Amino acid sequence: MLAKRIIPCLDIKDGRTVKGVNFIDLRDAGDPVELAEIYSKEGADELVFLDISATEQKRKTLAELVYHVAEKVNIPFTVGGGISSVEDVDMLLQKGADKVSINSSAVKNPQLINDLVAKFGSQCIVVAIDAKRIDGEWIVHLIGGKVPTGRKLFEWAKEVEERGAGEILFTSMDHDGTKDGFANEALARLSKELNIPIIASGGAGNMQHFMDTFTIGKADAALAASVFHFKEIGIKDLKENLKKNGIPVRL
Amino acid sequence: MKIVIINYGAGNIQSIKFAIQRLGYEAILSHDIKEIQHADKVIFPGVGEASSAMKKLRASGIDKIIPDLKQPVLGICLGMQLMCNSSEEGNTKGLGIFNTDVVKFSNAVKVPQIGWNQISNLKSGIFKEIRNNEHIYLVHSYYAPLCDATIAESEYELSYSAALQKDNFYGTQFHPEKSSEAGARILQNFLNL
Repeated sequence: MLAKRIIPCLDIKDGRTVKGVNFIDLRDAGDPVELAEIYSKEGADELVFLDISATEQKRKTLAELVYHVAEKVNIPFTVGGGISSVEDVDMLLQKGADKVSINSSAVKNPQLINDLVAKFGSQCIVVAIDAKRIDGEWIVHLIGGKVPTGRKLFEWAKEVEERGAGEILFTSMDHDGTKDGFANEALARLSKELNIPIIASGGAGNMQHFMDTFTIGKADAALAASVFHFKEIGIKDLKENLKKNGIPVRL
Repeated sequence: MKIVIINYGAGNIQSIKFAIQRLGYEAILSHDIKEIQHADKVIFPGVGEASSAMKKLRASGIDKIIPDLKQPVLGICLGMQLMCNSSEEGNTKGLGIFNTDVVKFSNAVKVPQIGWNQISNLKSGIFKEIRNNEHIYLVHSYYAPLCDATIAESEYELSYSAALQKDNFYGTQFHPEKSSEAGARILQNFLNL
């Protein structure tokens, strides 16, 4: 049976992990490779690296990081953040990334999804969508939820699927950072209307939230950052808890 | 031991090279026919779309020599699918090593299948010390149905071939290079053949 996936997300700036990371056994809390190895050993099913740096050196640093992660880590990982061209993706995949995630660049130029899928295949193209509710309607946002677009979530998600994306990473900006649970209603609707895997993101605070997003939200995978980084939830404990409650997981 | 990963321009092969490196071996990436023929172990990777991958393989002439190789050969993911008779994806004629035809999952399930699924009914030395129902990592929209060459099954919509074997030819639908400790063990078993 296909297992539900647990995915820690690491924010990267200039090749280093940002946001406080609370690992006592970590020699260098800013080293993404070491953190990736620890998560992998704890049973993470996949990793996402989100590059939030904006310097000129950015691409080169990110490429080096991807190469070092691929060298050490034996589970799949996705790289996202500022990816806007076929050339960007080509370089990241050649360095060893399994998948790339695009967000703003897809909203600005939806044809990019088709171009990437044609060249690299659906399996490695994840489209990340950030959305929040405005007057009861889910609206796609850019720049970490700061800038609303004219696009409605469900229409955009459908278009993303039709253009060939292999997966959607949906972050609810209404839930992100609240630790109040995932946006399960919107997630369940995405799963119902689409036929590609949906990764839930934004709102993880406790184990029950993961449970709910897999059952009520019908999510195929759940992504979180701080609850893992600050060891509020251990990945192994979480997966054992999910298994006990009848959710298929890899242990 | 000389390990050659066939480099015909089809997708990310860096991860396979690294996985072999983690086991303490060095693999060579090559599209040179002589080099492939003289390897002790050959790995035939592939991601992306079947017909374009097959075109690249034909352009390099490698399609002609693979079926005649005598050393252990491991096809991974699309590599395995191209070793079958045909694929429904892009109406592609395969290498005809495994006597089965690759078809697409229906819309009854989410396509592609992405993630960790279980393998069972393990029937080959490459699964030595791998427990029944072990999880392995897959990403695919097309699958090889169960057939005489099936050496591992997995279930998604229906039971299909997670791995195939005929003589010295092996194929895994899953990515051993991305399947954590279990995947590393399977790769090691292959290199031990």
